[in-house]
Amino acid sequence: MDTNQLEQNFDAKLARNESIEPKDWMPDNYRKHLIRQISQHAHSEIVGMLPEGNWITRAPSLRRKMVLLAKVQDEGGHGLYLYSAAETLNISREELIDQLLTGKAKYSSIFNYPSLTWADIGAIGWLVDGAAIMNQVMLQRTSYGPYARAMVRICKEESFHQRQGYEIMTVLAKGTAEQKAMAQDALNRWWWPSLMMFGPPDEKSPNTANAIKWKIKRETNDELRQKFVNQTFPQADIIGLKLPDPDLKWNESKGGFDFGTPNWEEFYNIIAGNGPCNKARISARTKAHNEGAWVREAANAYAEKKKAVLA
Amino acid sequence: MKNEGLFNYLLRLADTNLILGHRLSEWCGHAPYLEEDIAMANIALDMIGQANALFQYAAKTEAKGRTEDDLAYMRNEREFVNTLLSEQPNGDFAMTIVRQFLSDVFDFHFYESLKSSKDEMLSALAVKGHKEVTYHLRHTTAWMERLGDGTEESHSRLQKALNELWCYTDDLFELNEGDKRLVKEGIAVDPASIQNAWIKTVDDVLAKAKLVKPAGVWQQKGSREGIHSEHLGFLLAEMQHLHRAYPQAQW
Ligand SMILES: [Fe+2]
Ligand SMILES: [Fe+2]
Repeated sequence: MDTNQLEQNFDAKLARNESIEPKDWMPDNYRKHLIRQISQHAHSEIVGMLPEGNWITRAPSLRRKMVLLAKVQDEGGHGLYLYSAAETLNISREELIDQLLTGKAKYSSIFNYPSLTWADIGAIGWLVDGAAIMNQVMLQRTSYGPYARAMVRICKEESFHQRQGYEIMTVLAKGTAEQKAMAQDALNRWWWPSLMMFGPPDEKSPNTANAIKWKIKRETNDELRQKFVNQTFPQADIIGLKLPDPDLKWNESKGGFDFGTPNWEEFYNIIAGNGPCNKARISARTKAHNEGAWVREAANAYAEKKKAVLA
Repeated sequence: MKNEGLFNYLLRLADTNLILGHRLSEWCGHAPYLEEDIAMANIALDMIGQANALFQYAAKTEAKGRTEDDLAYMRNEREFVNTLLSEQPNGDFAMTIVRQFLSDVFDFHFYESLKSSKDEMLSALAVKGHKEVTYHLRHTTAWMERLGDGTEESHSRLQKALNELWCYTDDLFELNEGDKRLVKEGIAVDPASIQNAWIKTVDDVLAKAKLVKPAGVWQQKGSREGIHSEHLGFLLAEMQHLHRAYPQAQW
């Protein structure tokens, strides 16, 4: 079959909403786009363990400590499924990690903000996991089979995280005056970065068109952002917290909220490496990787020895 | 207090689980493998879960209106009675594995024996603990063998960790007067009764891992009476500060 024919088959499959599997022929750009997107997603899970892991040792009750530890462990599991999905596209985990540590691959810019108080753990679960779900629900139907299947499992756990985060915020918002202030402060700091998680506005999003065409993505950045604002406003309202946006108001004609513009200059600067925690995050990952090198070497050497004995 | 002996015995078990679980949780996000991040978080969760259940039972036994969180967050350095081994810093991965292995072997035999405690609650917690520690021990044993018989570097790191931590092993077996009474009543485990089993399991694994068992090491003790290494104070400061900073708050 020539490339033309293969490409036609591929397009036809997409048109029939059939999933693309690792052994199927796929255009090179489709493969590249997927590797970029899945690995970026995997790296986000792993780097995302840092700002939250930061509070495990300080969680204010035994129950909260266990819930947070389990959550961060889930995120590690998400990273694992996603690396495995990416590996089906003929790239190794070592290469992927190398891309992260050398800055060649990106991760969600939200994790370059610091988690400063316990309320940040609530805000991250509620808003960041919440925004992640909004982005990811459609990925359960994404065209690439292994990615879609990983996302089904991940989405289930993310909704659990989101409820737990919101529950933390609810308890704080109904707690002492100091706790309520802590919750509002965390919301103020995480709100805009959460809106940025949907990516730049559609007219400035270079990858959106292809992603929609290939049915990797099924809704645009702006559509998702709007949905997120509509969903989050009443949640904040019900627990007596205020979204920090003076332009926020209900727009009857569009059946949704009008809202202000995130600071895109800050967004692009964080992507360029200038966020408050970019260096700390990458150096923490690099340190873990380097200090673990002798362990991985030992495990490999041991496995080789065992193989030799069996042979 | 009528049940003071049992209360204090429960604290010994709860504190050790909490402190070691805390140490393991410090690895989360920083382990040599992603799989290991997950495995260590899992073990930490089991241990903190066990601590939580033990603290609840201790609070009930004490019957003074304190909760599991009061016991974990509102007691000071000298009131904690966790083992010296459990509070030692993570060090490198070899240090963490040796610390966990020595402790897992103890818990494995300890829970096995505690299953037949005349105290129903303790016996039930022992059944759960034994099931969990069986997995933990399998995990740490595999790492002992891998690192011990891996590369020259891993072998020497593991041997060094073993030499450094060996001085805390007798402390695992300490008991106080209250514990002795509970042993007589068939409620507590006499640590001396599991010492041979502990030695045998440890020896077997050290042999497979090609490690030399340290000999003639002066043993540090005192944790059963709340005498600790300097590390515990810092650990508690970190663990308790938020809870104590807002005494009126519910979380
Ligand atoms: Fe996740
Ligand atoms: Fe999550």
